Amino acid sequence: MISVKGLTKSYGSTDAVRDLSFSVDRGEVVGFLGPNGAGKSTTMKILCGYLPADAGEVSIAGFNIFSQSLKARSRIGYLPENVPLYPEMRVGEYLAYRAALKGVRSRRIAEKVEDALQLCNLGHVQRQIIGTLSKGYRQRVGLADALVNEPDILILDEPTIGLDPGQIREVRSLIKGLATRHTILLSSHILSEVEMTCSRVLILNKGQIVATGTPAELRESSGLSLSGVVRLEVQVPDAGATLKALQELPHVASASLVGRTGEWSTYEIIPSAGDPRPVLFEEAVRRAWKLRELSARESSLEEVFTSFVTGGTAQVSLSEDPRS
Amino acid sequence: MRILWTLWKREVASAFQTPMAWVILFFLLLVTGFNFYAGVTVLNHGPTEVTVVESFFNTIFFWFAFLLLFPLLTMRLFSEEYRSGTIEPLMTAPVRDSQVVMAKFLGVLFLYSVLWLPTGLYFAIFWWQTHLSAAGALGAYFGSYFLLFLMGMFYLSLGCLCSSMTRHQITAAVMTFALISLFFLTGLLSFLAGHTGSFMQGITIMFSPIDQMTQFSRGIFDSRPVIWYLAMTALCLFLTLQSFQARRWRS
Repeated sequence: MISVKGLTKSYGSTDAVRDLSFSVDRGEVVGFLGPNGAGKSTTMKILCGYLPADAGEVSIAGFNIFSQSLKARSRIGYLPENVPLYPEMRVGEYLAYRAALKGVRSRRIAEKVEDALQLCNLGHVQRQIIGTLSKGYRQRVGLADALVNEPDILILDEPTIGLDPGQIREVRSLIKGLATRHTILLSSHILSEVEMTCSRVLILNKGQIVATGTPAELRESSGLSLSGVVRLEVQVPDAGATLKALQELPHVASASLVGRTGEWSTYEIIPSAGDPRPVLFEEAVRRAWKLRELSARESSLEEVFTSFVTGGTAQVSLSEDPRS
Repeated sequence: MRILWTLWKREVASAFQTPMAWVILFFLLLVTGFNFYAGVTVLNHGPTEVTVVESFFNTIFFWFAFLLLFPLLTMRLFSEEYRSGTIEPLMTAPVRDSQVVMAKFLGVLFLYSVLWLPTGLYFAIFWWQTHLSAAGALGAYFGSYFLLFLMGMFYLSLGCLCSSMTRHQITAAVMTFALISLFFLTGLLSFLAGHTGSFMQGITIMFSPIDQMTQFSRGIFDSRPVIWYLAMTALCLFLTLQSFQARRWRS
């Protein structure tokens, strides 16, 4: 549905987006993740036909956003960052106006507006003047606007920014509900949000994609999948000898004794490559150790993200997006 | 066409949903009402050479209110959309730049026309009370309002141009006022042109709104100002479109 090739855009001498390529398939919910100033909003503005690009191609539902802009734009529902709205208009009136602008037929406008109001839970403020609405409601009006002509693609720039936790939950569940009918590209700098709503994540830093994949794939490709720590708790007579034995096992970079209560010893093992847990288990069976804990702490997407953005492990083989 | 209509409706509605249009209307009627009163009072002091319509459309009160109208009406048109960011949802909807420019221009032109409508009441009241026409001929009414409309087109399009260039309403207003004054006052320079009947004097008189109004409010029709104002309006709207499109490269 969305295909971007070699997109480049600079403001003066600073590159906002450099040679960006990715694609989003029908029905996908893709999260754009990156720190502030990574080029998320710029990319979205280009995708919606608001900004021109310096180089590159963007195709929206098969239409080139630059040469067939009107057709491409009519396929997109866009929620801009900070949701600018006309403060003097009423909610229902605004949505009807937007529907007409987006080419919804006159006799279907009332029905579509009603649908959008229902979906975004705005029915009771339909007659209210937008300028008097709270931030959460304004956000929902923006979403309703994006949805009102039932576009194929939704592009949502920071849909939950500035909302309170309850509203964030509401908007997230709304987005999840929309995923069945729309292709969604949303941006965020909140990782848990992307993890909860998106089937695929693009991590953007300094105008370039540094990683892409499902949240699980990203954990793996970051090399942080086990976060460096496997805990093992076994009953052994000699803690020191066991430690030495553990250190000689494959997939184990180093091991250390972190606690001993009676005969129960707790070790933390830093894996070298791959997962050392099966080997540890076999070793325990072979030596007839009683095993009480064998666990790996999975790294959060937060750590994955930090590792990519700070460039610490960004050189680790990144999973290239096969579609781009 | 439907898009243009939708955009136009919002422009007009937004003007009346905010206090702006009403405030302008109030003060315009206040000033022109006084102006009319003054014009009628002159009649009480004996015979005059000008009709009420001629004097109504050619006093300092009238022109002052007239010139102030344009920056006030046009300053927010584009600037407000730039500043509040509503330009972004607007231009990511499937609308053409030219449709937006035309809708804004036609919207403010409509508003401008509506502002002048109540002033027709003065002449109706005059006729009702005195059973005399306020003008020498019916053409004088048409001529006056027609010229008002023509000048309005040009000055409003100039205002659109200024507003499309900046996100600051005040900057747009100042630019508009300066440019309109420039065009307006050029006509007052005829005294620089030396002897009467010289070519330069002819030019300045032709472009002088005051001289044009003197003609039109007598019911005398001259096609030169008509062409001048129409052409300048088209030019300003064209430049507005260019400036509006240039925002994409500035941002």
